[in-house]
Amino acid sequence: MLEVKNLTRCFEGPAGVIRALDGVSLDVAEGEFVAVHGPSGCGKTTLLLVAGGLLQPSSGQVTVDGEDPYRLPPEKRSRFRADKIGFVFQQFHLVPYLTVLDNVAAPSLAKPEPNADARARELVSRFNLEDRIRHVPAKLSTGERQRTALARALLNRPKLLLADEPTGNLDVENAQNVLQYFADFAKEGGAVLVVTHDTRAATYAHRMLEMQKGMLVAET
Amino acid sequence: MRIRHLVAKEIRHRKLSFGLGLLAVALAVGTLVGALTLLRGHDLRTQQILARKEAETKETMATLNDDVRKAMLRLGFNLVILPKGQNLGDWYADDYASKYMPEEYVTKLAHSGIMTVRHLLPSLQQKVKWPEKKRTIILVGTRGEVPDLHANPKKPMAQPVPRGKIVVGYEIHQSLGLSIGDKLTLLGRRFAVHKLYQERGSKDDITAWINLEQAQELLGKKGLINAILALECVCSWSGLPKLKADIARILPDTQVVERVSKARIRFQTRLKVGQRAKETIQAEKRSRAKLRSERERLASVLVVVAIVGSAGWIALLSLANVRERRAEIGVLRALGLRSRQILLLFLSKAVAMGLAGGALGFLAGFLVGRHLGMTAQHIGAQPAVQILFDPKLALLALVVAPLLTVVASWIPAIIAARQDPADILREE
Repeated sequence: MLEVKNLTRCFEGPAGVIRALDGVSLDVAEGEFVAVHGPSGCGKTTLLLVAGGLLQPSSGQVTVDGEDPYRLPPEKRSRFRADKIGFVFQQFHLVPYLTVLDNVAAPSLAKPEPNADARARELVSRFNLEDRIRHVPAKLSTGERQRTALARALLNRPKLLLADEPTGNLDVENAQNVLQYFADFAKEGGAVLVVTHDTRAATYAHRMLEMQKGMLVAET
Repeated sequence: MRIRHLVAKEIRHRKLSFGLGLLAVALAVGTLVGALTLLRGHDLRTQQILARKEAETKETMATLNDDVRKAMLRLGFNLVILPKGQNLGDWYADDYASKYMPEEYVTKLAHSGIMTVRHLLPSLQQKVKWPEKKRTIILVGTRGEVPDLHANPKKPMAQPVPRGKIVVGYEIHQSLGLSIGDKLTLLGRRFAVHKLYQERGSKDDITAWINLEQAQELLGKKGLINAILALECVCSWSGLPKLKADIARILPDTQVVERVSKARIRFQTRLKVGQRAKETIQAEKRSRAKLRSERERLASVLVVVAIVGSAGWIALLSLANVRERRAEIGVLRALGLRSRQILLLFLSKAVAMGLAGGALGFLAGFLVGRHLGMTAQHIGAQPAVQILFDPKLALLALVVAPLLTVVASWIPAIIAARQDPADILREE
């Protein structure tokens, strides 16, 4: 599902060029849950953004479902993301003025579908958020926010789920629940790439990759 | 979910920011609409004032014309026919002619068919010493009116004095203690007092009237007169030259002098009143035009300041909104929203702000402009509000306001649309 080959990404910094990704290659197959573990600043988020078609690599190739998003014009790449990829962020990034239901349905703005509302309700129910359906994010607990973000990522039935530190702000129980959702998603045939410094991900992931200084250094 | 739902929910969430933007739009549109309504009101008020003044003037002039016509009918105006050789300077100084003309002239004129002369009064007039009473008087010989055979008979304006009778002015009978029926001697002839005149405050008070024939005898002017009074000449002043020409044709050895009449004074006075009324209207027009020009100048400055100020304020608010929603923009882009959808998101909000602000501004501007522009509640039978309300102006407000907000929000919206979601998400 996701193929990353010899990926590099450089940034201009005050101290010169920083190689956030340095020859990274990895595959995530359908039904596979891969976790990338590493310390802060090792390039995990950059890897996720490049893999998600949001950040053009300096060199190397990214293929999602057999298609290189960076070969598409920007407008089509946006649609490509909406079709194929679901994102989950550490800060959840829920839209503050939308209710749980509206936040879950938000991806339908990019990919309008007639049954988007029903699908959003189904996901709200699946993530046990029915009682909170009319609440705005400020009224939710941290776990509820993350579950809402997860539900939103799944609205368009993506084939690839990308998560950046999804358990970073969660307590143990909620973190385990979230990792379990990823595992379940993979079990249903989706591909999951999670970047985290939470070692508990190893329990749920099929593979755990170690990243340091922009390079994948080990696999467990 | 649609973009419009997102816009509506965001507006509800950030009411203050939207409200401040809306007020700015309302201020700009209100100033524009207020200025235009004020000027429209001014124009209507001007029309109203001028129409009223013109109607009043027309009515006054109609009344004046009618008055003059009636006055002319009643008073006519008076002509004095004098011998041709009479020096007018002497005549004005002495108030009687020193030259003479045949008495038959009056008969000739009466039979001439001039319809505009109603009464002809021949007279022989002269200042004389009254030796019996040791005083000077004006002696007037009169035979009464000469009937005009061609005109309808009129009630005579002056009665003849019978032979042997005398009519005396106020000063004479007062100073001599005369009563009707008293006998007196004038230039050796005996006369009985026929009538005593009330005080007139003119030379009539020292005048005595006797029969024309007797006057001619006393003064040695047999068959002569020195003036013919033509009274109540029924014609307008524009016809006076023709009348004079007609008399000159009939009586070539005479000259015609117009005596100032009350009717003429009234006519001239009223002409002046009419002229003054017209000048007042012109002055009112000039004053209203000047006021409009001043208002127009002030309005144009205010409108420009309000529009530029509002646009700047809306641009700042939009920019702040973009900064505040940076994370939201990043995540929406990550979810697959295209940059033009982000642009649409911000511009839709601008349009909503423009429409709401435009409606509010129109209402406020209309009411303020109406209040300042005119005070009358009604124009004719119609309420002033109905006449002042201009649907085109409302439409203009609802077009201009969204245009203003879209233009003002354009750069912030472009900034939002061009934001790189990767940068945002990495920073967040």
